[in-house]
Amino acid sequence: MTSTRSYRSHNYPLWRRVLATREMAVIGLLVLVVLWSNARVPNFSGPLTLPFLVLDAAPILLIALPMTLVIVTGEIDLSVASVVGLSSVLVGTLHQHGLSIPLAGLLALVVGVLCGLLNGFLVAYVGLPSLAVTIGTLALFRGIAVGLLGTTAVTDFPLKWTSLAQQGFANNRLPYILVPIVVLAMLFVLLLHFTSFGRGLFDIGLNDEAAHFSGVDVARAKLVVFVLTGVVSAFAGIYYTLRFGSARGDNATGLELQVIAAVLLGGVSIFGGRGALHGVLGGVLLIATISSALRLENVTVNVINIIIGLLLVLSVMSTSLLAGLSNLRRAVGKTRDQAGPRERRVAA
Amino acid sequence: MKLNRRRMSALGALVASLALVTSACGGSSGDTASGGGGGSSDKVSVTFLPKNLGNPYFDTSDKGGKKAVTEFGGTFQEVGPDQASPDAQVPFINTAAQQGVKALVVSANDPKAIGSALDQARSAGTKVVTFDSDTEPQYRDLFVNQASAEGIAKVQVDLITKQIKDSGEVAILSAAANATNQNAWIKLMKDDLAKNHPNVKLVDTVYGNDDDQTSFDKTAALLQSHPNLKGIISPTTVGVAAAARYISTSKSKGKVMVTGLGTPNQMRKYVKDGTVQSFALWNPEDLGYLAAYAAKALVAGDIKGNQGDTFTAGKLGKYTVTKDKSVLLGDPFVFDAKNIDKFNF
Repeated sequence: MTSTRSYRSHNYPLWRRVLATREMAVIGLLVLVVLWSNARVPNFSGPLTLPFLVLDAAPILLIALPMTLVIVTGEIDLSVASVVGLSSVLVGTLHQHGLSIPLAGLLALVVGVLCGLLNGFLVAYVGLPSLAVTIGTLALFRGIAVGLLGTTAVTDFPLKWTSLAQQGFANNRLPYILVPIVVLAMLFVLLLHFTSFGRGLFDIGLNDEAAHFSGVDVARAKLVVFVLTGVVSAFAGIYYTLRFGSARGDNATGLELQVIAAVLLGGVSIFGGRGALHGVLGGVLLIATISSALRLENVTVNVINIIIGLLLVLSVMSTSLLAGLSNLRRAVGKTRDQAGPRERRVAA
Repeated sequence: MKLNRRRMSALGALVASLALVTSACGGSSGDTASGGGGGSSDKVSVTFLPKNLGNPYFDTSDKGGKKAVTEFGGTFQEVGPDQASPDAQVPFINTAAQQGVKALVVSANDPKAIGSALDQARSAGTKVVTFDSDTEPQYRDLFVNQASAEGIAKVQVDLITKQIKDSGEVAILSAAANATNQNAWIKLMKDDLAKNHPNVKLVDTVYGNDDDQTSFDKTAALLQSHPNLKGIISPTTVGVAAAARYISTSKSKGKVMVTGLGTPNQMRKYVKDGTVQSFALWNPEDLGYLAAYAAKALVAGDIKGNQGDTFTAGKLGKYTVTKDKSVLLGDPFVFDAKNIDKFNF
């Protein structure tokens, strides 16, 4: 028996299907916050705001890209910040032992791949839950990082490399780190939204058994997304080291929660199967912009945390509240006109 | 159905967001009017950036800073991260630069990692004063130093020799064996004892690694191996508290004196029960007070940070800039039963 589904919303014009989405709501809110801050927050419109915001948000922007893929498949990677720390320490110690920055960075990327392989192997091929695995590797990678350097820091990096991470085009208005961010963002959008591999990730997130039977190599796909988070986190670690000119074992502690918060705020479902990268990028920038504006208003860090926490809870709540609401409406509509569910089945 | 539901939630999120934004608008319009002129007004705006907020030590130093800023009629702000890490401190330095505050008074979480942010703030016209924990000298205009190695060594020798009536065996309970500052102090204390206190004999130096349990055990071992021991100097807050805790419940209480560098909150109990007569540290409130006046002197152009520059810091009096663009608060502060209740850090 063959049948196709048709969705009523497919009858809506394209602009409505593109614009009236959870992702666009986040981007819309971001635009509103930027406009409002520009008009009302003292010094927000100054020339320093954008570069500082980009430099601060860069590691989160970078790691949020592969993290979206991981969460879309219904998994999670809590070890990313520890990979950042490990990569930072590796760049520092290797440079201290005479390696050039590019070579030390390359080795750090290799170690990032290995970290991802370990996570991915345990999750995809051994079948362990990613939450448990990555809590373990969070402690493991951080432990190695702190063990390698102890409480000391490596700080003697060549100026040409640190300024690459700190400065930018157009009189430092546009930090150089935007280049890898934009390139990686485009690659990840292509991978997630325009390839069969990406569509497979959504299928895995919705139901990995069904995905398996429809021909998706579930284990390989999961391994790949964990390797991607590992290598991008290692890259973020190199940036982190050069930006602060300091390799420390405790670099980026707690960053994983900021990344995951931004991904969820961007509309990715924590249960997998739903989400889009433009929403995630909007989510990262929204949190960064709100923090920046509130700091300029001299709001203390605890209040900033409360506001961002509330925003996250509200955004997660709005999804399920509205889902419940529309279920209710559907139930009411059903009794009223016996029209049945809005997905009508049409014989092909 | 799925897309429809998504559309609905999107609309809802948009409405909720709009509500948030408009309420935020209403809430802060008043603040904007009053706090907006941070950079442009004639008042000296001083921002204190401690290592982290919610730390009693920095609460005390920021209190001193606020007192000073109020005295000279400037505007005071205290900002900071919730955890003491350099990467968390950088956004607050950036914000100060954006706001164009006249002076930033910072206790650095890393001598180098916040350097480029401080450079940017300084090129935006902000004067940078470090206190408590310095950066590398090229990143700041002035460092307000809480104590000199000589002062720290001398006050501890003075305290212990007075408590044991200048004769008998003493030992040192240090932190880690390779801790640079500890070893510098120990060397100075040895020299002082040899030169000025011939009847006091330093019999042992042990290392508690700034770990409470290790320091506790090393204290017990010291008392066992040196039955005639009359005094313990511990130039570390962890060590002195652990040593006092051990002595306070042992039969040596009252016979073996403990002193060193400690904080009032950790030592209060042992001062009250008589285990410890007195110990030393600096007064963080005075430190913040001096740092704020130093910031003001830089902003006003009274000093440039060169060696020999002098300025007056309110009730603390006149200070002179010494080498490496630093100012010394003065001799360490001695805490005893009489004054300890005035402090909470």
